Amino acid sequence: MVGGIADLVRHGLLLKYVVASLFRVTWGFVLAVIFAIPIGLTIGWYRRAQMAFNPIIQILRPISPLAWIPIAILWFGVGDLAAIFLIFMGCFLPLLLTAINAVQSIPLVYINAGRNFGLRPAELVYRVLYPAVIPKLIVGLRITLGIAWLVVVAAEMIAVSSGLGFLIVDARNAGNRYDLVVAGMVLIGIIGLLLDVGIRSLERVKSFRWSYSED
Amino acid sequence: MPLMETLVKPVALKTKLCAERVDMVFHRDTKTTEVLNDINLEVSDGEFVCLLGPSGCGKSTLLSIMAGFLTPTSGHIRIDGEVVRGPDPRRIFVFQERGVFPWLTVEGNIGFGLFRLPRPEREQRIAYYVKMVGLQGFEKTYPPELSGGMKQRLEVARALAVNPDMLFLDEPFGALDSITRLIMRGELLRIWEAERKTIIFVTHDIDEAVQLADRVVVMSARPASVQQIVSIDIPHPRDISSPRYLELRDGIFKQIGLAHRV
Repeated sequence: MVGGIADLVRHGLLLKYVVASLFRVTWGFVLAVIFAIPIGLTIGWYRRAQMAFNPIIQILRPISPLAWIPIAILWFGVGDLAAIFLIFMGCFLPLLLTAINAVQSIPLVYINAGRNFGLRPAELVYRVLYPAVIPKLIVGLRITLGIAWLVVVAAEMIAVSSGLGFLIVDARNAGNRYDLVVAGMVLIGIIGLLLDVGIRSLERVKSFRWSYSED
Repeated sequence: MPLMETLVKPVALKTKLCAERVDMVFHRDTKTTEVLNDINLEVSDGEFVCLLGPSGCGKSTLLSIMAGFLTPTSGHIRIDGEVVRGPDPRRIFVFQERGVFPWLTVEGNIGFGLFRLPRPEREQRIAYYVKMVGLQGFEKTYPPELSGGMKQRLEVARALAVNPDMLFLDEPFGALDSITRLIMRGELLRIWEAERKTIIFVTHDIDEAVQLADRVVVMSARPASVQQIVSIDIPHPRDISSPRYLELRDGIFKQIGLAHRV
């Protein structure tokens, strides 16, 4: 395995594959955050919107992101876009549900207090809604980033020809290089851990942390 | 008695708040709950009124209607002659200590309603109210690290900082231990005597009502109506073992249907 990693470094593939995987995860994840969180917060705020969208969300939710692989390839061809789309699909619903749930569990006293001090709607969103949902959103982001990292490996086995997922499949196909397979797995594990540590650092920001220490 | 009469401060006669034929009915699914029935009440400017009744009788609902968070099914609340149509920074509602924002420091909470003021004035006011409620040294502390009594004082400070002319307090000391509760009552009276806000205070504690209020509004069981209004004609600080205090308290006990010897 160590020899495998050394091989990869020698051929300049290690950095290339890691960057390729991280690039796809970043785009898929960030796009999902940009779309899912505002939509989820809006749906969560309006009871009727939640009632309207809930059936479709519940039907889409049990579909594995991997089931989208054929459609991803049909729409985007074999390449980065297909992988990014798959990661987006894997992240969107969990983030949407997190955001909906986060809004709905804001204690009414915070909203009433905000209104009482004469906040306009935009100010209420920025000064009460947003800080009140942050702790739940951080938990959701953390779980979802984990999902994104799982999905990228699977997507790269099929939809592209670079990245850590591709490395594993390619190593097996090109002559049963199981040392490289295991090296790829170890790299995936280590990077996944680092991503989690990175996003957990958000939890240490003091004004984000309140719910963790609240009794 | 005549001696006492002269000690009682003259009550301002201007009407601050007026409840006119307020009814409240909640509909949930197919169930209909009548909560308030024909509430009529006048509160004078600068007066301290306690709404007293057993848990679940609807007194908190009445307070929420007065504050504009709920719209009554019929009737209305007038404040300074205007019908209440929603919450207003001139009248601040103090929740139990849960109402402080946990994502803001003590300073941030007190300054929450002061966002339209220029910075120097805002900081000056924050410092003034931090001192008033005795939270010096905790300016940068977040609420989860404060005790229940401190959080409660913080919420009162946040309310006072915007200089409202009315305060609505919903069982504000209910979650505190009995010693802190006594201290907080004293603090509230001190602040009230200094700033002369009109205060409407909801409680289910008879002693608390008799210790604090100019008048105690005794509410009936649900659907709540005003059963009786008792004027507490004892000057502050009140001697809670004086015959007059005990007489008033026992009278309210009887009214509320809990009549017994203590």
